[in-house]
Amino acid sequence: MALSGIQIYKMLPQTNCKECGFPTCLAFAMKLAAKQVELGTCPYVSEESKKQLAESAAPPIRLITLKSNGTEVRAGNEVVLFRHEKTFFNKPGLFLRVKASDPGIAKKVATADTYKVNYVGMDLTIDGYAIEADGDLPAAVKAVREVTKRPLILVGGDASLLDSSLSLLAGEGTLIYAADSSNCEALADVAKKHKASLVVKAETLEALSDLTQKVQAQGVEDMVLDLGGKNLGEWLKLSTQARRLALKNFRPLGYPTIFFAAQNGTDKEAVYAAQAIAKYAGFVVIDTFAPEMIYPLLVLRENIYTDPQKPIQVQPGVYEINSPKPESPVLVTTNFSITYFAVANEVEGSGLPAWLVVTDAEGMSVLTAWAAGKFDAERIAKAIKGFDVASKVSKKRLVLPGHVAVLSGEVEEELPDWEVRVGPREAVDLPAFMKQALN
Amino acid sequence: MPIEIPKDKWPGNIRAITIGATSADGGTRAKAVTVGGGTTMPYLQFEAPTPNKPVIAIEIKSRKPEDWSPLLAEFWGEALADPAQWAKKAEETGADLIVLALTVEDGPDDAVKAVKSVLGATGLPLIVWGPGQAEKDNELLVPVSEATKGERLVLGICEDKNYRTIVATAMANGHLVQARAPMDVNLSKQLNILISDMGMPKDRIIMDPTTGALGYGIEYGYSVMERLRLAALQGDAMTQFPMLVTPGFEAWKTKEAKVGEGVPEAWGDWKARAIHWETLTAMSLVESGADIVVLRHPESVKRVKEAIEELMVAA
Repeated sequence: MALSGIQIYKMLPQTNCKECGFPTCLAFAMKLAAKQVELGTCPYVSEESKKQLAESAAPPIRLITLKSNGTEVRAGNEVVLFRHEKTFFNKPGLFLRVKASDPGIAKKVATADTYKVNYVGMDLTIDGYAIEADGDLPAAVKAVREVTKRPLILVGGDASLLDSSLSLLAGEGTLIYAADSSNCEALADVAKKHKASLVVKAETLEALSDLTQKVQAQGVEDMVLDLGGKNLGEWLKLSTQARRLALKNFRPLGYPTIFFAAQNGTDKEAVYAAQAIAKYAGFVVIDTFAPEMIYPLLVLRENIYTDPQKPIQVQPGVYEINSPKPESPVLVTTNFSITYFAVANEVEGSGLPAWLVVTDAEGMSVLTAWAAGKFDAERIAKAIKGFDVASKVSKKRLVLPGHVAVLSGEVEEELPDWEVRVGPREAVDLPAFMKQALN
Repeated sequence: MPIEIPKDKWPGNIRAITIGATSADGGTRAKAVTVGGGTTMPYLQFEAPTPNKPVIAIEIKSRKPEDWSPLLAEFWGEALADPAQWAKKAEETGADLIVLALTVEDGPDDAVKAVKSVLGATGLPLIVWGPGQAEKDNELLVPVSEATKGERLVLGICEDKNYRTIVATAMANGHLVQARAPMDVNLSKQLNILISDMGMPKDRIIMDPTTGALGYGIEYGYSVMERLRLAALQGDAMTQFPMLVTPGFEAWKTKEAKVGEGVPEAWGDWKARAIHWETLTAMSLVESGADIVVLRHPESVKRVKEAIEELMVAA
């Protein structure tokens, strides 16, 4: 549990020496509690206090990093139950499961590995592969490593097989699946030897806690939990309970979780994965490589893991909708993502061509930005001139959002050679407006 | 080691609200639907049972929609041109409720006729939407409300612009209202207060907190719904209403669902993608507390229904 400023103060020298840069030890303690300074700034803190403070500062859910020579995937370090309370930090890694027995394994992975989809300017991809040890695992690992640089999960309970496979992946952070009460000692040894992370699996949270403590006693710190959960309701229950306990600093369950989305069939896979993304999974394993499923899942993951305190902004600029021609109208809006999406979607759906000028309104919606002075005649004129919109059009016709009709006079003054029109207040009315008023 | 599972005890709860009146209650519906009543965050049945499961409404229109995706037309076919036939097919497809959306082309007589034909074709409770323009909504919903007195319809969409007229007619004729506010906890609450202040009984308000589609703002809708639920459980009476959301409407206007050609190859198969778009939009909202989910495609209906069944099993 995080300590309060007063609790931290009691562990400091309380000499008010000011060498940390703060007037009193209490002021320094308050900054420490708010995680705004490092404890190392205090030259006189005792070793014992250091240890205690470090323990209390450890995240409630351990950060697990899977890495290879190419990329890394992190899970854990989460601090809240609901995204609006702060934010969710480490997006659950999306892994595709392939079978060692599959002669086409390398081809399958190679195809999936090139998958890339653009969403609001970001390239989204699959994070890695889970190789099922139902055949020659070392051979499969070799084959897969030839076609991908992404991190791996090895799925199989045989310690010696895992040992020889991990030898092929020296220097990487691989995840082993899974240790249960029958094999945890052997697998913990293998994990320790290869510095791999280890999934621990049990039927109940009690049994799972016993197991993580046992594995930890063997010297493995990096663990991932398989909570079980045979249907959506059960996973939601277990996942919520484990998250709550971890956030209350119950250390035996303070690890990220892994969830297999296709466990009840591939037709339920997308829905299962969607719940796992929203409800606290650290790693999600899918069995189907299907762009039409992976794209929505990657987008959902971006959405759930955006910082709720920082709205997604769209890059200001001129967006071409439905291949506009020089005589197409110029629509103006702000760079708040929802505003942009609403406008772009309606116009796109209407099939009518337009130039959409997105102004830098610091990510605010039209009315908010107008009220805050971030969307005024000057800024609009600056965008029109800055993006050289005039050179793209033959008919200089500008459409303002209806909510800022009041700006039209000033915009006319700023842009004297433009015809300024006032559009509808809501994006949904744009197609009708464009059909009727802009011909 | 024995673990004490942390459980939340909430002072508040969501109201259980019944839509549709059977003959015993002065209406004509074969069955009524009750939603809400929860006393925990969604489906945490280790804390308390979820008394009423979320329901699926299928959206139909009074006239053949010209701008709907061909993927939807593929299934609904000729029914698209006949609201009665469409409603019947929606019931067979697994709808618990029907949403009938009127259009701007409808006059008051057309609207009443369409509503009556749907009431005649199915025994399911009915939600009726105006075309979404304040004045036109009032023009159509008032006669509909009067002509269906006692049916316990849900009348929408009731927004800050036109709530007075719709609430007044719903109160006079024994209907419910769908209170819609744009993705904001305080605006939702404020509208509920205004509606209650007119004297509308609190068991006749359904909240529509609105939502974006997957990829188009769903994170806002998701968090607003979670916050409304938390506020309700903490005891804020003006947020304790069941929530209706429209993932079908939202998803099917995105490019990802709507467009089959000229899109990136990484988007994959059009039909499968469109259904995923609607299903995952709906699933996110089910997880965050939706009580009524309005959908358009039969496959999405099937998947979301199955998911709800699984969530309702007390683990």
